[in-house]
Amino acid sequence: MTTVARTPEPDYLHAQTNRKGIGAWIFSTDHKRIGILYLVSMLVFFIAAVTFGVLMRLEMLTPGKTIMQPQTYNTFFTLHGIMMIFLFIIPGLPAVFGNFLLPLMIGAKDVFFPRLNLFSWWLFVTGGLLALVSLFLPGGPADTGWTFYVPYSIRTTTNVIPALMAAFILGFSSILTGLNFITTIHRMRAPGMDWFKMPLFIWSLYSTAWIQILATPIIGITLLLVTIERLFGVGIFDPTLGGDPVLYQHLFWIYSHPAVYIVILPGLGVVSEILPVFARRTIFGYKVIAYSSLSIAFIGSLVWAHHMFTVGMSNTGMFIFSLLTFLVSIPSAIKVFNWIATLYKGSIKIEVPFLFVLAFIFQFSIGGLTGLMLGVLSVNIHVQDTYFVVGHFHYVMFGGTGFGLFAAMHYWFPKIFGRMYKNVPAFVGWLLMTIGLNLLYFPFLIMGYMGMPRRYYDYLPQFQTYHVISTVGSWILVLGIIIIFVNLILSLKKGAKAPMNPWGGKTLEWTVESPPPVENFHEIPVVEKGPYDYSEYEIKPEIAK
Amino acid sequence: MTTAAATHTHRDDVGSRMGMWLFLFTELILFGGLFIVYAVYRFKFPEQFQLAARELDTLVGTVNTIILLTSSLTVAMSITAIQQGKKHLSMMLIGITIIFALAFLVNKYFEWSHKISIGIYPQSPELLNKPPGEILYFGLYYVMTGLHALHVIIGMVVLAFSMVFIATGKINQQSYVKLEAGGLYWHLVDIIWIFLFPLFYLIS
Repeated sequence: MTTVARTPEPDYLHAQTNRKGIGAWIFSTDHKRIGILYLVSMLVFFIAAVTFGVLMRLEMLTPGKTIMQPQTYNTFFTLHGIMMIFLFIIPGLPAVFGNFLLPLMIGAKDVFFPRLNLFSWWLFVTGGLLALVSLFLPGGPADTGWTFYVPYSIRTTTNVIPALMAAFILGFSSILTGLNFITTIHRMRAPGMDWFKMPLFIWSLYSTAWIQILATPIIGITLLLVTIERLFGVGIFDPTLGGDPVLYQHLFWIYSHPAVYIVILPGLGVVSEILPVFARRTIFGYKVIAYSSLSIAFIGSLVWAHHMFTVGMSNTGMFIFSLLTFLVSIPSAIKVFNWIATLYKGSIKIEVPFLFVLAFIFQFSIGGLTGLMLGVLSVNIHVQDTYFVVGHFHYVMFGGTGFGLFAAMHYWFPKIFGRMYKNVPAFVGWLLMTIGLNLLYFPFLIMGYMGMPRRYYDYLPQFQTYHVISTVGSWILVLGIIIIFVNLILSLKKGAKAPMNPWGGKTLEWTVESPPPVENFHEIPVVEKGPYDYSEYEIKPEIAK
Repeated sequence: MTTAAATHTHRDDVGSRMGMWLFLFTELILFGGLFIVYAVYRFKFPEQFQLAARELDTLVGTVNTIILLTSSLTVAMSITAIQQGKKHLSMMLIGITIIFALAFLVNKYFEWSHKISIGIYPQSPELLNKPPGEILYFGLYYVMTGLHALHVIIGMVVLAFSMVFIATGKINQQSYVKLEAGGLYWHLVDIIWIFLFPLFYLIS
């Protein structure tokens, strides 16, 4: 070992580039900077979409008009959906943490196509701005719901085209990110890292990327067709011209159901990543978890018509889609059982990321089980288009992936920014978020089962108690989110300097400085062990005797 | 930055090709969505689709098919030429490909304007009087051949850039993966036409 002190290489946050100011960020091809770009832009849209959501909840506090007109309510649920889905939760984990961590976790210096990566972000921003612009153009914001169902989306006079184009461009961005990740994972793993030595988060990104590539073009062409139909009156889906609106729904869900797995798979990956670190135990069933990601991606692509059980499909079709829906729950449940098995006899260390993961597992289970109920044909007919569906969806999306995102934020914050955050406010924020989320969405399940239809501006007085509980829940949830963000933002400057490996993680990103140097690794590492080797904590059987 | 850039210049043609292939998959699926729409409506209105297809000129379609297939040959030859270091030959072959592409578009232009002149275009009174199957057929005809023509134009731009890159030496005998990518894209344009041609022209 030489004792010559290496001149400390500047980390990626402070590196000198030939551009100054903001240009050093928005034109940077460094995957870490692009990850931060996504984080910032995504959070802007997240805050906007949360605002819409909270205002909608406030409107539902009392029957009849509370604070807004019915048409405003229609545009709010549309924008809330479009922003949350296309601008926050789909790009959320892959684009932010995938970008930042994928090269670090597989021991590479960058993604395979760095410039394409930057281009994807620019597309993302363009799509996002287009969605925002559609708010202020004459005609008013779109009011179709995020699903853009025809024929209403062809007939309404609101600004549907900018919204459609926004979703189209965002889809393009998502495709290019997926393409980049698959090539990176295939070609750039460090020496020795074979497929089954990859961290499970990478496995989930890999499965997600395949769905992004294979499913997104379908929504692209579908939205394009609606745009063309609106602009030129070409007969495609419009029933007055012989078109079939149900065909639109099929095409829409061929993408949009797999999109749910684009959302949840990286969330599942984050849990598989964080859990073994705080349980100080090798993950139980590594290979099965990896394969289950792939099989979720595969089976999840074949269940789309379960969104359409009431459109008048053939009974055979309904049976098949119901069966496939049940099948997709098997790999999901495999993951949950493996996580629980990982915790068994682990030396668990309670930290904030771990708490988020626990809440994830609890809420994801509720979301998953209500999903099974929805897969049952007879129940589905009863609760189709009610708050039950909305509750199920939010339990999976927010209770699952949303919490996965907050877990990831707290787990990798020291690595990304090189600072520690304060534990107490983070804990309080987590507690409020968990209580708030369950107060907000559990009443949805009950009133949906009682028959409260989704997207309705008004409701019968018998639902009011549930709506009030739910609205109060939304306030608690938002308070939690605010505390979390204030805590993290203050820690950016004032937090204590983070060590290289604050949690005792075993994956490669913890072997470099916090924040990582521009080139990630001074020397490309050689991988010899699997990613979760906690054998030093485990009592060997012969010692136990 | 220069040292950092230098360490970045790893070359991995297999990876680059892989990225291109993945992109081509997405393009195929994009058109795949359209083929699904076509299949559903043709299944629903088989006779009306046949009837509507009689309006199309099979000869023009056949000529365009031959043009595109030949252009695929010339682009493949340009790659072989650059592999053998014949820079000018390669550029010339790309030039021929672009001329073929132009010829294809000119044909398409006359075809479309003929349709429009006899009153077959979206929302025309002529078309709206026809049964739904024919309206859908022509709707799909315009959308699918239009989107394909757009791809022809994009392909021409890509090939034009490849020509510039050959001239500046960015694409050369040792490193021609960019031209290969452009060629692959051109073959995609070709293969989509191979499906469009029978589905629209040969079903009458």
